[in-house]
Amino acid sequence: MGFSLRKLKRIFLGMSGTDGFFIKLLIYAVLVGIGFVFLYPLLYMLATSFKDLEDLLNASVHWIPTKYYSGNYERALVVLNFWQMLLQTLFVTLIPAGVQTLVASFIGYGFARYEFKGKRVLLILVLTTFVIPPPVLIIPRYILFNSLGILDSIAAYVLPAVLGQGLNSAIFILIFYQTFKTLPKALEEAAQLDGAGHFKIFFKIAIPMAASAYLVTFLFSFVWYWNETYLAAIYFGNNLTTLPLQLQRFVDSYNRLFVTQGGIAETNLNEGIEMAGTLLTIIPLLVVYFIMQRWFVEGVDRTGITGE
Amino acid sequence: MAKLFKGHKVGYLFVLPWIIGFITFTAYPIFYSLYLSFFQVTITAVGIDSNFLGAINYLEIFAMDVEYLAKLLDFFMEIMISTPLIVILALLIALLLNQPLPTRGFFRTIFFLPVIISSGPVLEKLIELEVTSIPTLRSYQFYQLLTVSRGFLVIDLIIYIIDHTIILLWLSGVQILIFIAALQKVDQQIYEAARIDGASIWEIFWKITLPNLFPMILVNIIYTVVMYSVTILNPIIDYIRYHMFRIETGFGYASALSWLYFIIITVVLLLLTSLFIFFEKKTSRR
Repeated sequence: MGFSLRKLKRIFLGMSGTDGFFIKLLIYAVLVGIGFVFLYPLLYMLATSFKDLEDLLNASVHWIPTKYYSGNYERALVVLNFWQMLLQTLFVTLIPAGVQTLVASFIGYGFARYEFKGKRVLLILVLTTFVIPPPVLIIPRYILFNSLGILDSIAAYVLPAVLGQGLNSAIFILIFYQTFKTLPKALEEAAQLDGAGHFKIFFKIAIPMAASAYLVTFLFSFVWYWNETYLAAIYFGNNLTTLPLQLQRFVDSYNRLFVTQGGIAETNLNEGIEMAGTLLTIIPLLVVYFIMQRWFVEGVDRTGITGE
Repeated sequence: MAKLFKGHKVGYLFVLPWIIGFITFTAYPIFYSLYLSFFQVTITAVGIDSNFLGAINYLEIFAMDVEYLAKLLDFFMEIMISTPLIVILALLIALLLNQPLPTRGFFRTIFFLPVIISSGPVLEKLIELEVTSIPTLRSYQFYQLLTVSRGFLVIDLIIYIIDHTIILLWLSGVQILIFIAALQKVDQQIYEAARIDGASIWEIFWKITLPNLFPMILVNIIYTVVMYSVTILNPIIDYIRYHMFRIETGFGYASALSWLYFIIITVVLLLLTSLFIFFEKKTSRR
């Protein structure tokens, strides 16, 4: 390559490849572009959910509605039965998430801090459980839960979680395995000399030192349980519902509630109402995410999934 | 003092809940579902009534259930295309986000957002209302041109990417973070040394960055396949549920369906993993 080209390259691309002006601009442009693609559905939902019928039909109104209109939300709140369902969703997500976190830490601690026969095989089995598709397990589990009499109740979520077989348990066990492996062995030995038992060491020393792993696991577990609808629909039947399930039935519920009163255009379901409903089911998660954002994003890093 | 060294037994105690759970809720169900797939299962008021059918359930799928076979084939094609796309996209985005930019945290927050909010029903609603492809791209001339020449592999691939941009990106959140974490663990001194030796960015990427990321690429391939196969977006899961509660077919037939699905996923995992290992060997020989 010619000398002048190299000089040109230096100005625009910079010496070390990252500090050039051109490169920076390019990176920003690409990031903003991709960022927009990520945000587009959300922005679209937000904009559409505030449009009244007139704005929806008016092709010249792209993003900003012409007036403030909250009628979609009023309807969607009723259709989703929002407040009651929110409580119920929290009930069937927070409890399994809490149980799963505690149990995963217990199991992960065992794998990380003790040597025993067959440990490698067991660890490999833990990982393979991640790959098994839920449809294979769901039929026998359904029959099993049915005979145990725990179908249609939160126990169908909690019982597998208690025994380390909850939603994506393998990932959480792995997270705790990695976290507890990094704790210094000397700490434990000192505690043992002081007469502390194995469980006391776990509860008094290991748990406080792994606080961030607990938080990250709990948050992910909560979010994954919240978004799970396939298992929820089958295990809970009509007895328990979650907001995402309510969203799945949105059209039916709407028609049952509103359309029977007559067929005027005003009462028909439109995109605005559907988007309001969709947003309502994710708002609780958005709130949690923006408050705890640091933990989610750094969580993947912090917990050392990439450690080995 | 002696009890100090009985560590191995205590180890079992900690892992015991998992062992019990694995046997009752995972190992036993897997074999039970394989067993059921050879039966006609009907749930009666008294209990479960099963009739041995042999391989009839499977034969029936291959002989009669054109819909399911078509769905499986679609799924197979889709996942074989989407997985590499998602992993490559995630890698590229991670490389961008790994640059020392002041707004890095902000972008990370946005790119991770879909992981939090993409439950099946939400994605379904978005797809239903056609918010998942970029509408402005579709209205461009070149897209129209592309659709005319459908049928060529490359062009179909491009159309697929355009139509699924948002979904593909939305499914890459965790993978991006895994790559970023791995990128930050690469020893900076190696980069310094390479730069001093006059290696170009391109060379550095192929010789240092990529080989360092290989284990995480494998992790991400597996993660993507697993996540892709459990999203409600894929119609197979729904189909299996439908047959589960359908009186004419029932649990036996649904078990056969799910086992076939399990086999397909295993094949996909094996194929993609071996493709990747092949690629890894090739690049490290460069």
